Amino acid sequence: MGLTLYATALLTMGGIYAVLTLGLNLHWGVTGLFNAGIAGFFAVGAYATALLTAPPGATPSGGLGLPVATGWAAAMLLSGALAWAIGKICLRLRSDYLAMATIGIAEILRLIVKNELWLTNGSRGIAGVPRPFEQLAQPWAELAFLLLVLAVLAIAYLLLETAVRSPWGRVMRAIRDDEAAAAAAGKDVAAFRLQAFVLGSMLMGLGGALSAHYFKYIGPEATQPLLATFLVWVMLIVGGSGRNAGAVAGAFLVWALWSATELLTNRLPPDWLTRAAYLRVFLIGFILQVVLQRHAGGVLPERTAVRRPGP
Amino acid sequence: MSVALLEVRGLARSFGGLRAVQDVDLDVAEGSITGLIGPNGAGKSTLFNLIAGALVPSAGRIRLAGEDITGLPPHALFRRGLVRTFQIPRPFQRLTVAENLLVVPPGEGEERLLAAWLARGRLARREAALRRRVDEVLRTLSLTPVADQPAGELSGGQKKLLELGRVMMAEARLVLLDEIGAGVNRTLLAELAGHIERLNRAHGVTFLVIEHDMDLIARLCDPVVVMAEGRILTQGTMAEVRADPRVIEAYLGAKAAHAA
Ligand SMILES: Nc1ncnc2c1ncn2[C@@H]1O[C@H](COP(=O)(O)OP(=O)(O)OP(=O)(O)O)[C@@H](O)[C@H]1O
Ligand SMILES: [Mg+2]
Repeated sequence: MGLTLYATALLTMGGIYAVLTLGLNLHWGVTGLFNAGIAGFFAVGAYATALLTAPPGATPSGGLGLPVATGWAAAMLLSGALAWAIGKICLRLRSDYLAMATIGIAEILRLIVKNELWLTNGSRGIAGVPRPFEQLAQPWAELAFLLLVLAVLAIAYLLLETAVRSPWGRVMRAIRDDEAAAAAAGKDVAAFRLQAFVLGSMLMGLGGALSAHYFKYIGPEATQPLLATFLVWVMLIVGGSGRNAGAVAGAFLVWALWSATELLTNRLPPDWLTRAAYLRVFLIGFILQVVLQRHAGGVLPERTAVRRPGP
Repeated sequence: MSVALLEVRGLARSFGGLRAVQDVDLDVAEGSITGLIGPNGAGKSTLFNLIAGALVPSAGRIRLAGEDITGLPPHALFRRGLVRTFQIPRPFQRLTVAENLLVVPPGEGEERLLAAWLARGRLARREAALRRRVDEVLRTLSLTPVADQPAGELSGGQKKLLELGRVMMAEARLVLLDEIGAGVNRTLLAELAGHIERLNRAHGVTFLVIEHDMDLIARLCDPVVVMAEGRILTQGTMAEVRADPRVIEAYLGAKAAHAA
């Protein structure tokens, strides 16, 4: 029973992270957009669904007690709208502006979440976010939610895989490889990038929503850059940037490793516990190095990725 | 007298203090293969970048088929039939050679995201037709053996050929070729010249061609325009231009400056 629950938890979180990593793969792996603020879109999605679906009184301005599906739709719409606004301004500029803008916005959102108590309860977070199937007995409730997450992941994967292999995806990959040449070949680079940026960010918002429902709670710690941005990047790079299957594999793999490091650091002597947080990050960084030494393109690299450097 | 497809008037562009292109007037007659020659650093590629919308001019106007296209972005110019190659090839590195060509034709809505999800049958049919066209272009350029290799792995000469391949995939009215022959072997180069002539005669495509290979220019181009130090020096047939003392001086002057 304990093992079932542990495995279910591991897979559920792996699945949620896989949705985030698929979003990042569309941004970076396919289109070459450097999103350094995944946490921001995650937060928008998580808080949007929490505010809509939590019971009345969950925060001073209230939950609305709406159905979960409404929350998910709002999570995707709002994170997509945020991406549209950022993209409209930044995607015409040099590519490093997007990195700066996304970091900045994510940080602003984290501060808003922490300080606008009337809306978010600040650091206390929002409790009582409903989780589908939670009325079932253990472990069926957990298993049913896991299946829901995997179903969402499968749909996202299939939609993205179809898109990336289509002419649309080919244009995106061309833009990633050479913006000027893509423009000279008639592609409206800014417009295409905006589509990829919005779609990927919607997935990130959905990932945030799934997380809020899974934990039945959302608080500012969940939107830390370490958990919601850095870890997702590690997952994509380890798994194989540019390939959807790589993104999914990387998410499960790195999440399993990340959880394993917790088992390790839990055994540390008490006076070391405060160091656990950065020891884990160090371990993950170390693993990233080891994987990249052996597999430069990740565990499942993009199929046409250049295998050796050009002349 | 033929009509000018491309009209450039008073075009200028500086980089900091350097006047790379200044006060350029240029007409490219519809149906011609116009040559553009001049010493290294004369401003030829910069002029191409201005015409193709990759750079914005500091002064001057550009008209294509009578329409003022000054300041239009490159993708808008492509839609009007203006296609260019890059002096230093810019392949889509991680796309295969075939994909580099497949990506060019815009289709009619086939590049939309919704089409990817909702019109898969139509996309597959178009893809098959496109693939046949691509195979033909690959054969023409002797690139068939590397069709499914990432373009980043091509040799320098092959990358040049791929640039030309992208032009062949586009439905162009005016093509700007920037040193397409540099680094390509003689036999193949003669073939390429043949293809350029065929596109010109059979399909009425107009060319503006930068080349350092004077034999190629002599074979293909009439008229030939000479640039030096950012300005148009003279223009005429290859024989006229060759005999012009100013042209000889411009080339020798550039050499002397290099030697000094
Ligand atoms: N983006 C740029 N920034 C700064 N200077 C530039 C830029 N592009 C070109 N130049 C300068 O403008 C001048 C003209 O360059 P251009 O590339 O147009 O010459 P070119 O005639 O094509 O020469 P080549 O035959 O060697 O290709 C050169 O002095 C070059 O250094
Ligand atoms: Mg040049």
